Amino acid sequence: MTLTSYLVLSALLFSVGLAGALTRKNAILVLVGIELMLNAANLNFIAFWRYGPNPELLTGILFTIFSIGVAAAEAAVGLAMIIAIYRHYKTTNLDHIDSMKG
Amino acid sequence: MSWIVQNLWLIPVLPVVAAGLTAIAPQRKRVYACSLAIGSMVLSFLLSAVALVHVFGLTGGGTESRELFKFRGFQLGSEWLQLGWVLDPLTAVMLAMVTFVGTLIFIYSVGYMAHDENFTRFFCFLSLFAGAMLGVVISNSLLLLFMCWELVGLTSYLLIGFWYHKPSAAAAAKKAFITTRIGDMAFLIGMVWLYAQSGTLLFYNGGAGCMEHSALAAMVVQTTSFGMAVSTAIAVLIFCGAAGKSGQVPLHVWLPDAMEGPTPVSALIHAATMVAAGVFLVARVYPLMSASPLLLSSGLVAPTTALKVVTWIGAITAIFAASIAVAQDDIKRILAYSTVSQLGYMMLGLGVGGVAVGMFHLITHAFFKALLFMGAGSVIHGCHEEQDVRRMGGLRKWMPVTFATYAVGTLALCGFPLLFSGFWSKDDILHAAHGWSVSQIPFYLGLLGALLTAFYMTRQVFYVFFGESRLNAHDSTHSGHDIVPHESPSVMTTPLVVLAACSVLLGFIGTPAWHVFHAFVSGERISVDFGRFGENGILPVMLASTVMVFLGLGLGWWLYGRKPIVNADAPDVLATIQPQMFRVLQNKFYIDELYEATIIRWNEFAANMSAWLDQYIWAGGVKSVSLAVIGLAWFNRTVDAKVVNAGFDAGCEGASWGARILSHLQTGRVQAYLRVIGIALVVFVLFLVWGSKG
Repeated sequence: MTLTSYLVLSALLFSVGLAGALTRKNAILVLVGIELMLNAANLNFIAFWRYGPNPELLTGILFTIFSIGVAAAEAAVGLAMIIAIYRHYKTTNLDHIDSMKG
Repeated sequence: MSWIVQNLWLIPVLPVVAAGLTAIAPQRKRVYACSLAIGSMVLSFLLSAVALVHVFGLTGGGTESRELFKFRGFQLGSEWLQLGWVLDPLTAVMLAMVTFVGTLIFIYSVGYMAHDENFTRFFCFLSLFAGAMLGVVISNSLLLLFMCWELVGLTSYLLIGFWYHKPSAAAAAKKAFITTRIGDMAFLIGMVWLYAQSGTLLFYNGGAGCMEHSALAAMVVQTTSFGMAVSTAIAVLIFCGAAGKSGQVPLHVWLPDAMEGPTPVSALIHAATMVAAGVFLVARVYPLMSASPLLLSSGLVAPTTALKVVTWIGAITAIFAASIAVAQDDIKRILAYSTVSQLGYMMLGLGVGGVAVGMFHLITHAFFKALLFMGAGSVIHGCHEEQDVRRMGGLRKWMPVTFATYAVGTLALCGFPLLFSGFWSKDDILHAAHGWSVSQIPFYLGLLGALLTAFYMTRQVFYVFFGESRLNAHDSTHSGHDIVPHESPSVMTTPLVVLAACSVLLGFIGTPAWHVFHAFVSGERISVDFGRFGENGILPVMLASTVMVFLGLGLGWWLYGRKPIVNADAPDVLATIQPQMFRVLQNKFYIDELYEATIIRWNEFAANMSAWLDQYIWAGGVKSVSLAVIGLAWFNRTVDAKVVNAGFDAGCEGASWGARILSHLQTGRVQAYLRVIGIALVVFVLFLVWGSKG
């Protein structure tokens, strides 16, 4: 296993997440796609840490734990917002939520 | 190292793989899902049987056998965290029990869930549960055990809330998850502390594990700031986790509510295996629980503080839950409180008698309680989803197989003398409690609990199976077509018969004369000696418990069986004799209400407090800033209107025309923006790639 293979995996993960976030119409599934992209970033952190100049320091793992923690908080806020939006619009279809249009 | 030890990991992994394969299959693949689940479980059972025979072959000579396999899990800084699994008698019997009972319950579920549209999802969760539970059993590292433990908690949550469209089921799932989490928090703290103290989380590691002499010796001599030995503090913290999982007072509130799940789930998870995981955990960390300076230096067994806590909690739970079970009307709730009570007995057995005593009751209980729950499921199935015992009655005519097996389960649970396994295992506990050097009160609590157990089970059996059917009484909604109970299909009754046979036969491996089980678990030589019946008070204790059982059965018959119950809405006989006490019992000593009034109210208060802070303090700051900005804007506007307005008007016209065109780009659709960002990203990356090449 080399650094490249991890990066390819994380790029794939990111692309899957991006594709999901772009094509899904359900807000919750878009959120799932965003989580995938976040985890691709986490994988990059870990990979660059392990193959970087200072693998004995815990920088990468700590950064990732923080990032996971922040992602959890973000998911909670995101889901709460989706619930609030659902209560208002009675839908989670993103195409119907466009009251910000110019 | 033998083949089975090296490949022990297959036992939990097989069901997990089955769960994974089922998870990606479409919902309509019913046969695929259930055959995969049952097949993997049967394979695991065969492997467990090989493991059991292997360990039994090693311990036959009367030596303790413990084989380990360890591997490096992951690296933290410069340290490797080691994980691994262990094969010893404790693991072997648990593996055999979980896979055997699990297989039967899986088969039973095929019949019970036949009409459910989420059949495939059910088997996916069930397999995942089985894998996680087997993982708990084999792990040789507290961390690995904790991971599987949490997975087990997750599947329990998923399965309690399986019918999530019912609000009560969703609430019960949340309650179970949160309540066990309170215990697990303490468990986690204990685990971290243990790691800080001993530097390893492997239980056994050839002398260097945290459950072995050198680590324990270091921990018993250190004291915490409360004057308690470190080992005691850690043991009590770990016990909190066990108490949460095993529904011990005061964390028992989730288990009766967990009956909202499908009945096979109640049988497998909330009676036979998962709730026993807490008891298993205490058995697994028993060296830590029983560690005292005296034991480590001279080998003398003395009751430690941690074991005293286990004993008292167990004894109180046993009597407390048994008394609540007397006044419940839901067939599954009675069994749920009975489970809590029996788990209390197991804890009591561990506290006063050691691993073998508690584990023997765990194993026998797993069989007869799974039998009772599956019998209850069969009854519910046969009565068209009726769960109130007052509305049943007379079922022995329609459901003969269910009745016969249920009766066996009942007698085993009551501890009916000589023939049934529950008698031997419960008697073991009572005998150990009788010989406890600290206090005799747990023994008397246990005896009283035995009486109550016999009483509430007799009450239930008379309500359900005797008298006339009350299914159609006072039911105006079903006017016209009457409900006729029917026996369940053979895919459901066959597991019942197998379990009933086990509930009888298992007792004979744990009688005082021929105690295979105890010798096996504690690594002693197996021998037959009828003289042991005469030893230090075994017979008197047996006699006392027999008297209690007959007293309970007789009292139950006198109150509920003597005159057949005719009217489904008539108040309970006990309610007419002691209305106030009955109401207190029926409301479960108002524990839920107490928690509602204290913990939940406090939580709500904190939430309201935060909302208030948010609304008035933080929002006040934001508002004052925005007011300042508005003031500034007003000033700007005035300057703008009075000073610079006129000259720019014409230009603005043009700009605003352009902006109106451009504003169509802002569709308001988030994904359209995201798409532009994505395209820009690709262009940017391509630019970088080509730029670096050129």
